[in-house]
Amino acid sequence: MAELVSHPDEVRVVAKRFGLGATNIDRYLELDGYKAARKALGMQPEAIINEVRNSGLRGRGGAGFNTGLKWSFVPKVSAKPKYILCNGDESEPGTCKDRLIFEHDPHAVIEGAMIAGFAVGARSAYIYIRGEYRYLLEIMQKAIADAYAKGFAGKNIFGSGHDFDLYWHGGAGAYEVGEESALMESLEGKRGVPRIRPPFPAVVGLWGGPTVINNAETLASVPHIMLGGAEWFASLGTPKNGGTRLFCLSGHLNKPGVYELPMGYNLKKMIYDVGGGIPNGRKLKAVVPGGSSCPLLTADEIDLAMDFDTLMKAGSMLGSGGLVVVDDSTCMVKFALRIMKFYRHESCGWCIPCREGTDWLEKTLARFHSGGGIKKDIDNIQYLSENMLGRTFCPLGDAAALPTISIVKKFRKEFEDHLEGRPCPFEKSGAVERLPVFA
Amino acid sequence: MRFSDQFESRFTEMLGHYPTKRSVLVPTLLYAQDEVGYLSDEVITEIAGRLDLTQLDVRNVISYYSMLTTKPRGKFNVQVCTNIACLLRGGEELLEHCAKKLGIGHKGTTPDGLFSLEEVECIGACSWAPAVQVNYAFHENLTPEKMDGVLDEYRKRATQ
Repeated sequence: MAELVSHPDEVRVVAKRFGLGATNIDRYLELDGYKAARKALGMQPEAIINEVRNSGLRGRGGAGFNTGLKWSFVPKVSAKPKYILCNGDESEPGTCKDRLIFEHDPHAVIEGAMIAGFAVGARSAYIYIRGEYRYLLEIMQKAIADAYAKGFAGKNIFGSGHDFDLYWHGGAGAYEVGEESALMESLEGKRGVPRIRPPFPAVVGLWGGPTVINNAETLASVPHIMLGGAEWFASLGTPKNGGTRLFCLSGHLNKPGVYELPMGYNLKKMIYDVGGGIPNGRKLKAVVPGGSSCPLLTADEIDLAMDFDTLMKAGSMLGSGGLVVVDDSTCMVKFALRIMKFYRHESCGWCIPCREGTDWLEKTLARFHSGGGIKKDIDNIQYLSENMLGRTFCPLGDAAALPTISIVKKFRKEFEDHLEGRPCPFEKSGAVERLPVFA
Repeated sequence: MRFSDQFESRFTEMLGHYPTKRSVLVPTLLYAQDEVGYLSDEVITEIAGRLDLTQLDVRNVISYYSMLTTKPRGKFNVQVCTNIACLLRGGEELLEHCAKKLGIGHKGTTPDGLFSLEEVECIGACSWAPAVQVNYAFHENLTPEKMDGVLDEYRKRATQ
């Protein structure tokens, strides 16, 4: 369905089997499939966790936490069953990588979930896929059925005496469910309202049992680590940022697409070489480096290594790997407004700073963009955003605030250009619709 | 109320996936909606009864998820993404074009009941923007001209 692209600088690990027909389990077996799970079955749980920890694999959903370390938090003995939960609720604007993994290599996710299960002592895994990805849910349903038919799942898997069950689960449209505690609520058949932590899911998760929640790309990386070794995987990236990453290039680029590049690949090169540069002779204005919740970078801040630590130092985040490139024909007030409209739509309303903050920010930005802004709005937008930071149960409030603060700080002049009833300088036909909002 | 055999066998299978009955709720609602077209009072009563929930419990969940609806809509639900990646590549123009072509606005349905239109949030097609989902099918790298072709195809499919 979705087109595949390639570039000479790509290092294909997770994308190794893309386009090779690996949804077919026999084909997957020819391509080294289920070798990693068999190998892991012969290893001590601590050894598996150490291998993954030493590989420097960090959560590909966006938080970037060391995966092996996350697994090590699960208690060895638990009265309640332990679970593995694969987060395939990919909804961060700018991100479309898990879609390709489910489409081309669903068994890698299954295998990763199994290995995680052996490591922490869980005997079942749930694979949650967002509701919009119906065709991928169907691919996963077949992959799971095929794994059962081969004796790779269910009772006595691979004839080892171990039992391991796999289940699929479909969502029904909700960005917030991508947050781990909301994901568990959704799987339990409830509104995806986040849970307060502690206790963390590793101790009290699904139906009260210890639960490991990993992104689909994270789990799909695990079998490759088991086969190639921690040292090899770590050497692909930069220190503490092991491996490769599926970067989703979108926006104003000549060659958008999903490319697998080593961690620490230079952002400038990613835009101008891999992504083919900006079309129509336009100039770069801003980059969203890792999905819409990351602070934006300006054109002179892009000479960076794309790994979690470098981006953090640069005041942004690597996030989910969704790179949105913005050229100089774009109005940043409108861009901020569109981001805020999204978060207002997705806020569950549980925490007041997020519910009220996103609503007021959208109204203020809409009024501002249509020429009804006043000077104090600019500081007010920043102030409202800063007051959402860290004051909510889940990071949706932060996700709405961070890009907004960065746009106000870095593109203040564009806000000033909208003042005194002037129409948006970037709109072709003058000011846009006015909302009935008053200062 | 009767659902298809496929719905029933899937429902029974799913009940075996989880330690609590309630856990099947979200996917079950979506599958029921696919068959009936929307979550009618009758569907809500039926599912609540099967899962030992109150109708209020079920409605509470429905209102959270953006794909679930208690109102009937067209046979083909045209969902246009206008989130950032699509916005930069003409998502808004595409939405406007669809609205003009179909003569309806956001969440509207054509009088013949064939099409509904919806402005949606990111559908995970950022690298192939602008993108539209018609029911569950993705249509990517669109232009207004290509969109006309897509709509015509669905119109043709409805008459066959």
